[in-house]
Amino acid sequence: MALMQRDPTMSDTAAPSLNRRRLIELVGASVGGAAAYQVMTRLGFASESPYRGPIKLDGDPKGASVVILGAGLAGMTAAIELERAGYRVSVLEFNLRPGGRNWTLRGGDVYTELGGATQTCEFDPGLYINPGPWRIPYHHHAILDYCRRFGVTLEPFIQLNHNAFLHSSNAFDGKPQRIRDVKADFSGGVSELLAKATRKGALDDEVSTEDREILLEALRSIGALDKDFRYKAGEDSAYHRGHAKDPGGGLGAEPIDGAPIGLHDILTSRLWRSLQNFLSYDFQTTMFQPVGGMGRIGEAFARQIPDRIRYGAKVVSIRQNETGVTVAFEDLAASGAVREAKADWCVCALPLTILSQLPIDVSAPMKAAIDAVPYASAVKFGLQFSRRFWEEDEHIFGGISYTDLPIRQISYPSTNFNAGGKGVLLGGYTFDGPNSYEFTAMPPAERIRRAVEFGAQIHPQYGAEFENGVSVAWHRVPFTLGCAGDWSDEARSAHYNDLCQIDGRIVLAGEHASYIPAWQEGAILSALDAIQRLHRRVVAS
Amino acid sequence: MRLLAPLALALIVLAAVGWAALADDAAPMSRGWVFGERGGADLFGNVCAACHQPDAKGAAGAAAYPPLAGDKKLVSADFVLTALFKGLRGMPPLGDMMTDGQVADVVNYVRTHFGNSYPDAVSASQAATARKTAAP
Repeated sequence: MALMQRDPTMSDTAAPSLNRRRLIELVGASVGGAAAYQVMTRLGFASESPYRGPIKLDGDPKGASVVILGAGLAGMTAAIELERAGYRVSVLEFNLRPGGRNWTLRGGDVYTELGGATQTCEFDPGLYINPGPWRIPYHHHAILDYCRRFGVTLEPFIQLNHNAFLHSSNAFDGKPQRIRDVKADFSGGVSELLAKATRKGALDDEVSTEDREILLEALRSIGALDKDFRYKAGEDSAYHRGHAKDPGGGLGAEPIDGAPIGLHDILTSRLWRSLQNFLSYDFQTTMFQPVGGMGRIGEAFARQIPDRIRYGAKVVSIRQNETGVTVAFEDLAASGAVREAKADWCVCALPLTILSQLPIDVSAPMKAAIDAVPYASAVKFGLQFSRRFWEEDEHIFGGISYTDLPIRQISYPSTNFNAGGKGVLLGGYTFDGPNSYEFTAMPPAERIRRAVEFGAQIHPQYGAEFENGVSVAWHRVPFTLGCAGDWSDEARSAHYNDLCQIDGRIVLAGEHASYIPAWQEGAILSALDAIQRLHRRVVAS
Repeated sequence: MRLLAPLALALIVLAAVGWAALADDAAPMSRGWVFGERGGADLFGNVCAACHQPDAKGAAGAAAYPPLAGDKKLVSADFVLTALFKGLRGMPPLGDMMTDGQVADVVNYVRTHFGNSYPDAVSASQAATARKTAAP
C-alpha cells in the first residue's frame, strides 16, 4: 500500500482499460520520466506536501463535542488537535489497537483475516514486518513533524541500493543483475549513442556550437565515457560500474575491469523499467522509517490522547440532525451490544469500503462520492530467515530488488546492518494487477509457500534458510476491506470535492480525501484540512 | 489516458501464459495485467474468492463482502456485468483485467453455482457491449 506505495511493476501486458498506476508505468516505460512525472503530477502524485507547521485552531469552541470515527492516523490527528483546541473528543475504533493501516507485525502477534484464516507471527524478538506503510519520503512534512513532536525515532529507509538486483525471468537466463550494472550500463550506452549523434552533427539544428561541447563533456561525465566518448570496459566505465575484481592491497591487487552489458541486452531485457523506482519524486532519498516498525507512529499518536479511544467499537450507523450527530456502534467486547455515541460534530475517518456500507445521513452528492472509490489490492509477505544471507553472501545492505515474478520485489531490512543473526525480508509486495488478487484468494500458508518458491529464483539460499512467514492481503483485512482509495481521474473530477465538504455536522478525513492517496501524509493533511474548516464553522456559530 | 489506449491494446497482444507453479497441484499465476485463468471455475476461485470467499458466502469485518451464494441480485446478468466493468462501491472494476470471454465465463459460472441457477447465459459479445457502455 502506498501507504503503501505505488510501485510500477514489470509486466508484459496491459489491461484493456488502464488504471492510474498502470498508466504511469506505461508512460514511464514508453515515453520517459518527464512525461511520467507530468502524469503523476496531474493525478495527484509527486506534489510536495503543503504542510507548513503545526496548525493553530484559534477561537473558543465553547465546549463543543466531536465524535471521531477511526483511530488511524487521520482520526487520531483530528482527535489530538481538536482536544488541544478545547473540544471534547471521543474516538471509536474497530480494532483493539490504534493505528489502523499504520501497523507492524511482530513475533507473537495473532492476525485473523476475513474468511477466518488465522496466522501467528513467529518472528524472533526484534524482528518485524510492516504490512501497510513502510517508508516516509523526506517531503512528507506533516508526518515527519508529528514524529518529531511525538518522539518517534526515525532511521533511513534504503530505497536505492546499487548492489540489490533487477531480475527478469525472460532475460539473462533468469540471472539477477546488479542494479549498479544496469543503471551504469544503460546510462553509459545511451550517453555513447547521444555523443555519437552529437559529434556527427545530427543534433546541430537543436544544439548551438557552444552547447555542443558542453553537452559532450556532460555525456562523458554522466555516462562514464572514455576520452573517445566510448562506453566500454576500462577505468572510465569502472568508475561507475565497479570492477570484475575489486582493487586490493599488496601483490596481485590490481583491479580487473568488467565488460559492460550491451545496450541491446538492457533494452530487450526490459530491466530498465524498474529504474523509475529510484527516480520518482516519491522514492527519492532520503526516505525514513521509524526504529522498531511503522506501528510506532500509531502508538505514539495514541499516547497523546489517553483514554479518548474506545476500542472494539464497530460503527453501524451515523445519524445527524440540526442539533447533533448520533453514531450507533456494536460493542465487540459485549457480544455486539449496540450503544450510541452522541456529539455536536463528527469527523469520520473510516475507509470508504466501510463507510459506503453504513447508513449515513449525508447529502446525495456526498453519498455518491462515498460510493465512487474502489479500493486497491495489495499483498505483502514477511519472511524470516535463519541468517542474513543477503548481507553475508551478496553484500546487499537494505534496498529493494525488483522482479517480473508475481512477488514483484524483495526488500531487505534497513536496520541492524552487518550484525549477523536472523533477519526478516519483505518477501513480496504486489499492488493491483492479477497476481495481487490471486495471492489474496490463496490461504495464507499457500501464499507463503509461493513467495518462498518465487524468491528462491533470485536468492537460492531461501531453500535452506527460510524459517517462517506471515502475509497480509489487504482485501482480506477486516478493518479496511482493501488497501487504499484507488481514484480514477473521472471519479476524482466528479466526486472529490463533494467527498471533502462539511455535510451538516459531518466531515470526512483519510487518505481517500487527499491528493496523496495511500500515503500516511495524505491521511494527516486531509484531517488537518477537515478540522480547520470545521473549527471555523464552530467558532462562527 | 485515451491517447495511450492504442499502446495498451498493442501490449495485450503480448499476453502470455501463466507462471508455472513448482508444485504440481498448484494453479499457475497470471503474467502481466490480464488474468491468465481460463473458465469460470478458475476465474471465480482465483479472483472473486479473494473477497467473496471460496464458498461464495462472503465475509464480515468492520463491513462485509456480500455472499454471492443464493444472491437474488444475480437474477440480472446486467447487474453482474456492470459491477465487473464499473466496480461497485469499494469493489474494483475487475473486468478491466479480463477478456470479454473471461467475463462471460465467470458471470455464467457464478450465476449457475452456489445455489444460483439462472439459465440465461451471457455471451462474450454481450460482455463487450457492457464494457463499452461502462466506459467513462
